[in-house]
Amino acid sequence: MSITYLDAIREAQARALEEDPNVFIYGQDVADFGGAFKATKGLAERFPGRVIDAPISEDAIVGSAVGAAIEGMRPIVEMQFADFSAVAFNQIVNQSATHYWRTGVPCPITIRLPSGGTEGSGPFHSQSVESLYAHYPGLIVMTPATVEDAYGMLLEAIRIEDPVIFCEHKLLYYHLKADALPRSVLPVGKARIARVGRHASVVACSAMVHEALRAARVLADEGWEIEVVDLRTAKPIDTDTILASVARTGRLLAVAESFPWGGITAEVVSRVVTEGFHLLDAPPQRLNSKDTPVPYHPNLWRAHRPTWQSIAASVRHLLGL
Amino acid sequence: MPSLSPSPTASRWKGFANERERFLAAYRWMILARIFEEKIAALYRAGKIVGGVYLGRGQEAFSVALGMQLDQAHGDLFAGLIRDQGGRMAFGETLMDSARTYLGSVEGPMRGRDGNIHRGRPTRGMPAMISHLGTMVAVVNGMLMAKRFHGRVDVVGGVTIGDGGTSTGAFHEGLNQAAVEKLPLVVAVADNQYAYSTPTCHQYACADLADRAAGYGVRGYSIDGTDLTACLETFHEAIERARRGEGPQLVVGKLLRLAGHGEHDDARYIPARKRQEPHGGDCVALAREKALKSAWASAKEIDEWHAQTQERVEEAVARAQSEPEPNPFRESWHALATKHLAEGTPPAQ
Ligand SMILES: Cc1ncc(C[n+]2csc(CCOP(=O)(O)OP(=O)(O)O)c2C)c(N)n1
Ligand SMILES: [Mg+2]
Repeated sequence: MSITYLDAIREAQARALEEDPNVFIYGQDVADFGGAFKATKGLAERFPGRVIDAPISEDAIVGSAVGAAIEGMRPIVEMQFADFSAVAFNQIVNQSATHYWRTGVPCPITIRLPSGGTEGSGPFHSQSVESLYAHYPGLIVMTPATVEDAYGMLLEAIRIEDPVIFCEHKLLYYHLKADALPRSVLPVGKARIARVGRHASVVACSAMVHEALRAARVLADEGWEIEVVDLRTAKPIDTDTILASVARTGRLLAVAESFPWGGITAEVVSRVVTEGFHLLDAPPQRLNSKDTPVPYHPNLWRAHRPTWQSIAASVRHLLGL
Repeated sequence: MPSLSPSPTASRWKGFANERERFLAAYRWMILARIFEEKIAALYRAGKIVGGVYLGRGQEAFSVALGMQLDQAHGDLFAGLIRDQGGRMAFGETLMDSARTYLGSVEGPMRGRDGNIHRGRPTRGMPAMISHLGTMVAVVNGMLMAKRFHGRVDVVGGVTIGDGGTSTGAFHEGLNQAAVEKLPLVVAVADNQYAYSTPTCHQYACADLADRAAGYGVRGYSIDGTDLTACLETFHEAIERARRGEGPQLVVGKLLRLAGHGEHDDARYIPARKRQEPHGGDCVALAREKALKSAWASAKEIDEWHAQTQERVEEAVARAQSEPEPNPFRESWHALATKHLAEGTPPAQ
């Protein structure tokens, strides 16, 4: 049997619906149609009345999810694209994120964001918004890079008592496959060593983990052993695992698909510099998309996002090659 | 042969000599939109267009009737969305702008940075839509307010939306704002019975979206969006009222999306019987019928228009395809108009 990243997301939701009668799914076209990407296919039929089509009202979708959560439900919100979560930004960052801190009443909602760039998708169907939401106190931000994590972390997200921004990468939906669903995954908040190395550490998340792994394979042919750290959650960041990796390699490159100003890569570098400066043999590097909206044309899009080629080039620079 | 653009003298027929002239001009814009979109769909199926392709099939009459009766040269505005190929061109977007944006040519207005229906020429009355539905209403409001600041109160802004888009907060805010400001805005709501797969029963609970007009304090109209004559008449009145200072006009056209949401979607969720029900017809076929029945055009003439249009479309697409694609090494990779403040730019000497 082969299970895709997308199957894993669907199966996790099915299991959550099965295990907890308070779970429900709310979003545009999620019911009979099964969602724009088919992440909820068949669930409306299996769980009548618990997978609900919403009007095109992102603000109201998230606002009502918050309300339902206060009353004991466990809403899973599907945004049609991560980019449209901007419309619900206020409800996410001001309503859901502050709720527990202000009132002591938790707000367990999960917001699934089909994220990241794909060819031809342009400025409004391509964004990576994990850095944006990670900035806000009160939110957990997950960026699964594997089929196993897509499944295990989504289940965890639904169980967690806080609002979780679940960034699922559209490029991974159909291509990434595993043989079976995992029995268990690493705890939330723990990073994973995706490849062991000793010459440099590349810290990445989501689809960038796969670009980094490919760069590492290319560099391995040249004799360089690159360690790849998969962050798994953008917030909280597992600083210990990153520092331990840098302690082994002495060199750091942080990679993410989001825009370059601030964000995950800046956070990783600043933590390593402040807490592990003595571990570094070279100035740490960051690699992000370019500082423009995500372009439509594939020629521009490929140059806009980090790729295994640009990661390999950055690692060579880091190694002083 | 009827002329495609109105003469500058305004009249009952919005610059056209008579009803026939206006009808046939609109019908020919509809043919152009239909044939162009069929070409774009074929290119998409052949893998020549990346990203999404969304068609206005079935909505040409409603879209064209608004676009054509606004006056670009006079300073009017038209903000189209994904099903407004017809309205955009009838307003003044060139076929080359459309073709180039789909094909990512650097010669197009978006230069490959944005694509397909995400295009416009804001300085020529055509703001460039973003995907986020409902957001263009307030943008057109602002353009109209600016015109008012500059002493122009006789220009009209047309903005389009679907049934689904009316559920956004942005749409509500925009329409309310326009009403409060008494702006010369014409809002065209194409109620095509679906928003992607979602039928309108999950979108709104009023009997007719035009019922909302009273709540906003604007004039509302509800029409058969497949009937070209009704569309032309209604938008003519709405535009004239807006131009006279009567404030926003909300025109709801009942029709059916005769395509998938996008070309990736087989729309299996739309029952076939919908096409036989009221508002389920094909406005292009209906316009043809009416033109023939009224003896406004012969079948031979119409066939000729089709053939000529097909040729024009093939030419435009071939030209756009032969033009250079964007080159990442030529891109500035800066998003600021204030060039010297773009990070990574060396300071000016
Ligand atoms: C704010 C927002 N949410 C979600 C989407 C994704 N989306 C694109 S088109 C569409 C359906 C639009 O339906 P409708 O407004 O009825 O227009 P139609 O496609 O029928 O012309 C959706 C949900 C979007 N573009 N904007
Ligand atoms: Mg619709």
